[in-house]
Amino acid sequence: MAVQRNMNPKKTPMPVQDPNVRNHNFSEVALGYTYEMAVEEAKRCLHCPKKPCQSACPVAIDIPAFIEKVANEDMEGAYEILSASSALPAVCGRVCPQENQCEGKCVRGIKGEPVGIGRLERFVADYHREHSKEAPKMPVSNGHKVAVIGAGPSGLTAAGDLAKMGYKVTVYEALHLAGGVLVYGIPEFRLPKKIVQEEIDGLKAIGVDIETNMVIGKILTIDELFEMGNEAVYIASGAGLPRFMNIPGESLKGVYSANEYLTRVNLMKAYREDSKTPIKKSKNVAVVGGGNVAMDAARSAKRLGAENVYIVYRRSMEELPARKEEVEHAEEEGIIFKLLNNPVEILGDEDGMVKGMKCIEMELGEPDESGRRRPVAKEGSEFVLDVDTVIMSIGTSPNPLIRSTTPGLDTNRHGCIITNGDDGLTTREGVYAGGDAVTGAATVILAMGAGKHAAKAIDEYIKNKNK
Amino acid sequence: MFKIIKKEALNPTVTKMVIEAPLIAKKAEPGQFIIIRAKEDSERIPLTVADYDRENGTVTIIFQIVGAGTMELNTLNEGECVHDFVGPLGRASEIEGLKKVAVVGGGVGCAIAYPVAKKLHELGCEVHTITGFRNKDLVILEDEFKAVSDKQVMMTDDGSYGEKGLVTNALEKLINDGNQYDEVIAIGPLVMMKFVCKVTEKYNIKTTVSMNPIMIDGTGMCGGCRLTVGGETKFACVDGPDFDGHLVDFDEAMHRGTMYKEFEQHAREESCNLLNMEVK
Repeated sequence: MAVQRNMNPKKTPMPVQDPNVRNHNFSEVALGYTYEMAVEEAKRCLHCPKKPCQSACPVAIDIPAFIEKVANEDMEGAYEILSASSALPAVCGRVCPQENQCEGKCVRGIKGEPVGIGRLERFVADYHREHSKEAPKMPVSNGHKVAVIGAGPSGLTAAGDLAKMGYKVTVYEALHLAGGVLVYGIPEFRLPKKIVQEEIDGLKAIGVDIETNMVIGKILTIDELFEMGNEAVYIASGAGLPRFMNIPGESLKGVYSANEYLTRVNLMKAYREDSKTPIKKSKNVAVVGGGNVAMDAARSAKRLGAENVYIVYRRSMEELPARKEEVEHAEEEGIIFKLLNNPVEILGDEDGMVKGMKCIEMELGEPDESGRRRPVAKEGSEFVLDVDTVIMSIGTSPNPLIRSTTPGLDTNRHGCIITNGDDGLTTREGVYAGGDAVTGAATVILAMGAGKHAAKAIDEYIKNKNK
Repeated sequence: MFKIIKKEALNPTVTKMVIEAPLIAKKAEPGQFIIIRAKEDSERIPLTVADYDRENGTVTIIFQIVGAGTMELNTLNEGECVHDFVGPLGRASEIEGLKKVAVVGGGVGCAIAYPVAKKLHELGCEVHTITGFRNKDLVILEDEFKAVSDKQVMMTDDGSYGEKGLVTNALEKLINDGNQYDEVIAIGPLVMMKFVCKVTEKYNIKTTVSMNPIMIDGTGMCGGCRLTVGGETKFACVDGPDFDGHLVDFDEAMHRGTMYKEFEQHAREESCNLLNMEVK
């Protein structure tokens, strides 16, 4: 059916909660497109024959095809296309850095704004969840078993793909709840936990078993998983070990890793009045770092009632690694960006509580090995930021629990599991790995892409082995 | 869900629970811990394994009812289930090859010291145990300790049972009596472990302590349990919970332990009202 194209150079705006209302609550910030908005935005797609957007998607969703279905108001058809490539479309539509992926390559972006692909993906997934009554089809079993370690985005994607191919998949999760970073890290206001739960329920409905409270490497080793009849193992245990700066004062009360702060708020629900998990009632908060996790921590602190929340980042806005929308939302909500500043010491009172953070001003010098200009301290520019809480959000490393209990599994000097290229094969036969456990801390969608590739490789491996 | 096979009050504020957890029972070693959540919305509480039965598939925990979380846990009875039970976490105590050891336990810390003493005894080590309590009513595991000790000294702060005084007095006396220990293992309140280390430092005896700081996940993820050991930051959950006591910054650990004092006080009072209990 021919569709009248929408040649508006701007994206159809997505309704959001007012910044000064939302910075006091944990409800979702972005409210999503209405049906009409989605159809309108879908009509902006030019259907380029080369599909540059699809090639920039880590899970290779046929983007023009699903958008065409939206333009033709066939929402279930659109969902089918999405779900053929993505196990968690409602999640990706919300948390993917689209500006660096699909939307970054969109032809409409050359002379205006790209098509709002992320917003459309979100709409289609939400629409399906709210309207579809069809029970998912249980795949036909092929009689083979696979174990997946970690119920985060990578593990869940691999599990979903393998289950659809007929494998009996058991996912082992260390925490008491499945979802990984989607439940302990990304806050409710950016990704409602109900949506994560529904995506996980969808996987259970196609036969995926999820065993929580199972710390692999402790309760069972990878060798034991093979003894239990699994023919392959996919390690997607993430990068959960927080880094600190190793500056004086990091052991003071009121210094958190972003992981701890966010886990208390999200997984343990410390933002609720009735929560049994304590969290500091802060007045002035410094979040050190400039990634998505730093934005999440800062915006959570603001919502918990902090008056002043600072992002302290040693480079400039240009190098800030967080997703653009998160930075904009953080600014709108009143987060103060202290750029080109680096902490040198955290100061404490006689009771061991944080009472300030000494910082030094930085300037950008010559580019370093990452290609970004290296921040250099300006001598004599130290000053004290008046804060009572410091949240360190300077990155995480893979957890050592699995590598230390799996003979023959090689890791690099950062503790990341070494794999043989795209398919995720490790140095152990039948053991595959992907996501942050391999790359170090990265994004949800890259972890999902790795899960997809590994599922395919595992399927080929098992089929070949049983020939 | 994990079934409570047996529940026993060891004294008015200390409870023992035997929990059905066959996979954990198969792997648990002295010094390791588990994380327990009583109910779906409960706090995650780390507790060191007090005993395990590989054959019957059970793990024993002993906890002091000190706050809202342990109070809630104590409302569960035999036959009921705890919602979550994760483990075994942390590193096992390194006790192989020791010939003569003094195990010092303080208060509910004795629950953790006991499996270590038991394992040492099974390995053929000469075990001297010193157990300290505030008073006679709080004494736990007396017979158990006697059964695995070549020498057992009971101390109470007020002298209502055993000898009057602190565990450090008893330890120093044993050392002065000519006992040469390969190692002293001290498990109890931070202040007790700190002063045991002060004594053993004087005599240059290697001392291992078991740290139990505030933590959430127990797998290295939150970093809340960090300690300074020998000038380096260590995570109790993955690097410990056992550490060389002479290297641990106890004062910092004591400070960090009070992070949520006010919240805990409030939560405890609320639970006391709710459960109509009084906690000392």
